[in-house]
Amino acid sequence: QLGLQDATSPIMEELLHFHDHTLMIVFLISSLVLYIISLMLTTKLTHTSTMDAQEVETVWTILPAIILILIALPSLRILYMMDEINNPSLTVKTMGHQWYWSYEYTDYEDLNFDSYMIPTQELKPGELRLLEVDNRVILPMEMTVRMLISSEDVLHSWAVPSLGLKTDAIPGRLNQTTLMAMRPGLYYGQCSEICGSNHSF
Amino acid sequence: MLDVDSQKPPKGKWSTPPFDPRFPNQNQTRNCYQNFLDYHRCVKRMSRRGKSAQPCEYYFRVFHSLCPRSWVSRPRGRRRLAGGARVEGPVQLSRRPPPPRPPAPPQVQRWTEQIQEGTFAGKI
Repeated sequence: QLGLQDATSPIMEELLHFHDHTLMIVFLISSLVLYIISLMLTTKLTHTSTMDAQEVETVWTILPAIILILIALPSLRILYMMDEINNPSLTVKTMGHQWYWSYEYTDYEDLNFDSYMIPTQELKPGELRLLEVDNRVILPMEMTVRMLISSEDVLHSWAVPSLGLKTDAIPGRLNQTTLMAMRPGLYYGQCSEICGSNHSF
Repeated sequence: MLDVDSQKPPKGKWSTPPFDPRFPNQNQTRNCYQNFLDYHRCVKRMSRRGKSAQPCEYYFRVFHSLCPRSWVSRPRGRRRLAGGARVEGPVQLSRRPPPPRPPAPPQVQRWTEQIQEGTFAGKI
């Protein structure tokens, strides 16, 4: 795989496009700089007296400012989009432990379960190493789901790259994030905050 | 797994706690705690006036949905499976026994226990 995973939520789609846009700008700037360096190294022209370079200095001050604005505006747009008020249809709590996650669905009946990573020796053929778990989190699609993330012991972080989510699990604090999966499927994530010897497992 | 009936929303319009403009940001700790306090205060005042605690049910649903159960009370030891059978301990969905857990840190007293013992820090 090269690049980001396919987007499952609208926010992740926006992030993908923003990433493409910004990376293109970065590649353009890098190639321009490399080209100019190569020109500098291969020329026989020299000029040792003081130069007046007012025009080019103005250009290479204004142009980066414009480029930065072109990067910042979509970035801020996505940032505010992530903070939009939406009324979720379901609340799922997840508590980080060393070294597993437990999930609680308490809107209607109480459902709580632990989700351990499947050790490599117990994987079946075709299963992904270090990603498969025994009890998966099942969520409805095309519905806004409120995820409340906390921890029972040390810092963890609940991340699902395909949905564009990464939220820290802090003991004593309840962090909220909303997700909306637009297509059915199986999405993986790993703990994203160092939490001990079996971190990410 | 759970039977179909328990996956349907109960009669009435409750699905999940709505957006609370008092707590618009990422940190919902206060949302959970405030609704917990409001529930207990509501129950205390209603019972003092001799009225039914039915209006307090909203606060109960909100904190029950938002608060991690380990903060509120000790997990109940008995859980119902499809078919009505009860089992001790959490639902065993795993296909293999979980690995041995590291020793648990000293237990923080949960809120409900603290209220019963009179050591709860909030004002109810």
